[in-house]
Amino acid sequence: MDMLCHRNIDLEATELRLGLPGTSERPITTPRGNKRPLDDFMEGSSTEDGDHLECPSAAPPSKAQIVGWPPIRSYRKNSLQQKKLGNQAETTTRVYVKVSMDGAPYLRKMDLSIYKGYRQLLIALEDMFKFTIGEYSEREGYKGSEYAPTYEDKDGDWMLVGDVPWEMFACSCKRLRIMKGSEARGLTCCL
Amino acid sequence: MAFPFPDEVLEHVFSFLHSDRDRNAVSLVCKSWYEIDRWSRRRVFVGNCYAVSPRAVLRRFPEVRSIEIKGKPHFADFDLVPEGWGGYFFPWTASMAVSYPWLEEIRLKRMVVTDACLELIAKSFKNFKVLVLSSCEGFSTDGLAAIAANCRNLRELDLRESEVEDSSGHWLSHFPDTYTSLESLNISCLLSEVSFSALERLVGRCPRLRSLRLNRGVPLDRIASLLRRTPQLVELGTGAYSADLTPDVFSSLSGAFSGLKELRSLSGFWDVVPAYLPAVYSVCSGITTLNLSYATIQSTDLIKLVCECHNLQKLWVLDYIEDSGLEAVAASCKELRELRVFPSGPFEAEPNVALTEQGLVSVSEGCPKLESVLYFCRRMSNAALCTIACNRPNFTRFRLCIIEPRKPDYLTLQPLDVGFGAIVKHCKGLRRLSLSGLLTDRVFELIGTHAKKLEMLSIAFAGESDLGLHHVLSGCESLRKLEIRDCPFGDKALIANAEKLETMRSLWMSSCSVSFGACRLLGQRMPRLNVEVIDESGERPETRPESCPVEKLYVYRSVAGPRLDMPDYVWSMENESSVPI
Repeated sequence: MDMLCHRNIDLEATELRLGLPGTSERPITTPRGNKRPLDDFMEGSSTEDGDHLECPSAAPPSKAQIVGWPPIRSYRKNSLQQKKLGNQAETTTRVYVKVSMDGAPYLRKMDLSIYKGYRQLLIALEDMFKFTIGEYSEREGYKGSEYAPTYEDKDGDWMLVGDVPWEMFACSCKRLRIMKGSEARGLTCCL
Repeated sequence: MAFPFPDEVLEHVFSFLHSDRDRNAVSLVCKSWYEIDRWSRRRVFVGNCYAVSPRAVLRRFPEVRSIEIKGKPHFADFDLVPEGWGGYFFPWTASMAVSYPWLEEIRLKRMVVTDACLELIAKSFKNFKVLVLSSCEGFSTDGLAAIAANCRNLRELDLRESEVEDSSGHWLSHFPDTYTSLESLNISCLLSEVSFSALERLVGRCPRLRSLRLNRGVPLDRIASLLRRTPQLVELGTGAYSADLTPDVFSSLSGAFSGLKELRSLSGFWDVVPAYLPAVYSVCSGITTLNLSYATIQSTDLIKLVCECHNLQKLWVLDYIEDSGLEAVAASCKELRELRVFPSGPFEAEPNVALTEQGLVSVSEGCPKLESVLYFCRRMSNAALCTIACNRPNFTRFRLCIIEPRKPDYLTLQPLDVGFGAIVKHCKGLRRLSLSGLLTDRVFELIGTHAKKLEMLSIAFAGESDLGLHHVLSGCESLRKLEIRDCPFGDKALIANAEKLETMRSLWMSSCSVSFGACRLLGQRMPRLNVEVIDESGERPETRPESCPVEKLYVYRSVAGPRLDMPDYVWSMENESSVPI
């Protein structure tokens, strides 16, 4: 019986089985498990009885990888392997910065890492110090109130909060200061 | 009959025909038209390098300026074609070096191109302008250096997805200082680094450069200086999109991008640091093509970027975009024509992202111009496919890959015959289709009945019997390429439809139920078909009994006869004894 056509020189090839060469360990069968003569299929071949192939999702988690499946080019596969979600590494380390408000008797501390963006931060600041920050615009800074949120960056400069993307701000912010009154207006006027 | 027009007039008329099909039709009208066409044909496309010999092409079309050739079968992309199979470009180069001294353009796909080929090109064609090597291999940066050094009129050098060996020479520096004609450069596939200063000088002195695709090694923090020299860029592929977060780099990059008023296409984006994405926002409204298929970033960041691109026509993205992201795309990108969603975790047992059939349903609903889809997902239903088909009867290319082979409709546990059937019924202009999931012979009956414009069909782990294959071969009138793997299709359908195979470019069948006997019979019966069996067992064809199934079969029409460059594991089934050459 010549079903023993030797294939690759590996263990799988020496295994006796009724299966097509070059396929994975799961037995490759039709839904009914047998080859039928051609005229049988003329009647219609839809699988009405629930006789389906063993549902692949019932297979154990580590399956034999099938060659060339799923059909992805090798340069794409390599690229994925190299950088699997490397950039997703969110900083879970806390970033506590001092926050001062002009005229307030003492400073506070805030953890910047819990905020996802400026809106959340500004709401938290308003809440903490019981005041209202104005509307931010690139041209005119914070209009509509006498307060302006500022921060000291890595170079020691005092910058207006909101100009750069959030992540960039979160990395370079060393401390926060809510400026008030003429100094705040001076800062916004300069922009 | 003496034709009233002189040849020059006819030639001028023919010059308005741009499609090969039209020119081929014209050449069949009469002998003089055949002659006029052959002398005036400037562009030749060879879909299978073994279908015709180089000599035959050169003899018939002596004045060609542009040639495009394809080599290995498509499944070579997925490692199904062993090393050394063939697709060598050298015989073509050698012949053309002699017969086409005025050749200007070479475009190759899936061919083996050696440094010797590239050196010969560099030496032989004085007016050489365009070299596109798509998914090619066999050459190194030494070959590129020869091209750079010698092709004074080079306009386009595009190495898309080729495998290039690094010979660690500074090939880019071989472009002489007097060279200024570069218009398009694609080195995105290069794994090795190029000299940045050489690159900067090159782009700086080429005022017509409109397409620049860099490789991963080009650092983000230096791209701004490149972009400032190329404000006329239409297509840009970045390198790795990551750098330390500094406001300086950000504003420099932002500023540089805002200067690219003509930019229509963005790609690259390896190793993305999301904070730098807003730097491209200023160009987004003009972007029509966006390739984020290497960007391993979260859905929220992807959405923010993609939704800035209201004029987007082509989007390639990883499945990190998730259903929610695709819903956003459906709402913002009304001009979308092509969508490709690639899997981020194709070998994981469990889904790693929230991307299901729903994403595809959303875009099919929201994007009225969507016509081309490649979608990897982990579940599908007949209901979803029917909805998609009804929403988008204008699909021309529909390729669905459900990652688990033979996976049924997840709602009903039925095969997906009805769903794919809906696709072929509604999408009357469908030219390309890839199937997946649990499928019986029924789906092939539907395909054979309805998919009359279908040119390329890819089938894997599907069907029950020969009837499936028979439906396709007997029903699909426009079929040119058929590729099948791991299906219980065998001899009967193949032999019964032998003549059909001569109307097609090629047929690939691997891990199916085709026997040696059938292959030999096909080879004997159809002299204008090359029937090639791939057998890597190390045995000789004479030892193979008739009933033994073949590993892989590649059948293609050819006027060149069996090829002479087959490796020892490829057997030609041409004659009685079918001995490998």
